[in-house]
Amino acid sequence: MSPPAVSCHGLIKRYDKVVAVDGLDLEVAAGECFGMLGPNGAGKTTTVEMIQGLIPPDGGTVQLFGLPWEGNEADLRQRLGTALQETKLPEKLSVIETLRLFRSFYRKSVSEETVLELVQLQEKRDSWVNKLSGGQRQRLAVACALVCDPDILFLDEPTTGLDPQSRRQLWDVINQFRSRGGTVVLTTHYMEEAEQLCDRVGVVDHGKMIALGSPKQLIAGLGAEHVVDFAVAGEAVLGDAELSALPGVTRVHHEDGHTRLTVQRVHQTLPALMALVGGRNIQLAELTTHHATLEDVFMSLTGRHLRDG
Amino acid sequence: MTGDRLSPLWQLTLWRTREFLREPEAVFWVFAFPIILSLALGIAFKNRAPDNVKVAIPAGAGAAELKAALDANGGKKLETLVLDSAEAYNRLRTGGVSLLVIPGEPVTLRYDSTRQESDIARLVVASALQEAGGRRDVRTIGEVRVTEPGSRYIDFLIPGLLGMNIMGTGLWGIGFGLVSARQRKLLKRFLATPMRKSNFMLAFMLSRLVFLTLEVVSVVVFAWAVFSIPVRGSVLAIAGVVLLGATSFAGVGLLVASRARTIEGVSGLMNLVMMPMWICSGVFFSWSRFPEAVQPFIRLLPLTALNDALRAVMIDGESLVGVAGLLGVVATWGLVTFGVAFKIFRWN
Repeated sequence: MSPPAVSCHGLIKRYDKVVAVDGLDLEVAAGECFGMLGPNGAGKTTTVEMIQGLIPPDGGTVQLFGLPWEGNEADLRQRLGTALQETKLPEKLSVIETLRLFRSFYRKSVSEETVLELVQLQEKRDSWVNKLSGGQRQRLAVACALVCDPDILFLDEPTTGLDPQSRRQLWDVINQFRSRGGTVVLTTHYMEEAEQLCDRVGVVDHGKMIALGSPKQLIAGLGAEHVVDFAVAGEAVLGDAELSALPGVTRVHHEDGHTRLTVQRVHQTLPALMALVGGRNIQLAELTTHHATLEDVFMSLTGRHLRDG
Repeated sequence: MTGDRLSPLWQLTLWRTREFLREPEAVFWVFAFPIILSLALGIAFKNRAPDNVKVAIPAGAGAAELKAALDANGGKKLETLVLDSAEAYNRLRTGGVSLLVIPGEPVTLRYDSTRQESDIARLVVASALQEAGGRRDVRTIGEVRVTEPGSRYIDFLIPGLLGMNIMGTGLWGIGFGLVSARQRKLLKRFLATPMRKSNFMLAFMLSRLVFLTLEVVSVVVFAWAVFSIPVRGSVLAIAGVVLLGATSFAGVGLLVASRARTIEGVSGLMNLVMMPMWICSGVFFSWSRFPEAVQPFIRLLPLTALNDALRAVMIDGESLVGVAGLLGVVATWGLVTFGVAFKIFRWN
């Protein structure tokens, strides 16, 4: 059996007195798409940059394909494609010139034209980078990562700040890379992205992995798969005890005047809730239900929203 | 999969060259600025005949006779004015005249002995007065007047400006490019590739050399065409000195930019490094004007050595062997700064 694509144990990174990464363990199998989910400042970027050998860890070990960075850097760099957060490619190079520059660093590579087609930038082939939109720049960054025909692709917040259409275009690119057997490690704070792309997700908060599993497993871990979200009109109050006693409710959470019930079966809980409200003569100002998401998982683990940062 | 391998050094050099050429302001600073500067300074310091000697006589008894004596014997260069007494003293104080000739017996010369033109005026007036009084020259002295290319101020200035430009492009060109790539996290992105760090640094130097060659050629041709600057050394020797200087200052530029995180930070550092050399290293005036105690230190500065070598080769026609010691100083700076820069370089 081939060694895992990524394997790290007890990773630690401190900046002055702040512990950015606090004893983090992680294994990613070859061919897997792994997503690191967490708010800004959770330590995701520091972790993936330590895995890529870009910043030295203060403690712990990192191996890629069973090889430590020490002594294998030249080989490992040939197999790794990456799009770092906040990298700004040279403004006054054209798309094709940028790709050619990156391709020149590698022994093995795919042609610029092939990669351009993959990220759908053929029409921008000769445009300068400073003339590209945000989504096009991000696709170019991914193209620079793919031009070396990598075995593993690191993407740090690849779709942050992109419109939904650009985001979907990038997802297509990532899925195509996976379909050829490539391993992907990405960070995101979009739960939808993690659910769409990843085989497994690790939830990171304060430099620690606080949950790990497939999106399905994590949601199942809530003990319930649906969320009922409502707000009452006026000053009326419903007690936690009465809400918890409703059939199928596993968790009650209040936020901004809204109440969120994590429930197993909406069709059992909802009539009971309506009866309770009607019996007390309370008016509902709002009522929605949805399938539980990784956002709900994160909230139940930390009591905070993912995007609160 | 493609078979054709690209040369990373070539691609990196292309990157630097393109980024520079596609920035119109940068092109102006490199090509137009040195020429405009040499033109302006060349005109400002153009050799011209020394000013006339201006002296004044306070009005009063004997003033008219004195003026007649000076006009008759002082030659064309002596200009004598008879002024109201207060006005005459005022002009002396403000530099309008160099000296006052006060009638009387004896005639008194009033002047400031620390002013060079006053000292000259004293010699001219004293000689004219003696001649008016009957003194005769006891021997004849022949004169040949020359304006020799090679000994004028502009001949001193142009090699100094070249040296200054070589330093400037080395530091600004490399420093700005590097720090902006660091600020944009591009250095970190390159670090994630198998790119060789030496290729990266070499590319910065090579692209600078391309522009520097063009820059030096344009300044030299300009100076030769407009100011008839003599180019006495061989073109190869001049090219050798320029290339060595450019390479060494590229090393200094690398070192200055090796850790700075912001453009503001690196600008301050560069000015700190360059300012003393602008002043001390003989760009606009010779370093021999500084006190002897500090001259050994000034001579160890890279720009001093480079300027001296450039002047020796360009103006005096010296060979590379003749300036080997100076080139040694320049090369040592390049090697040491490059080595240290490579060691302490910050990629993140």
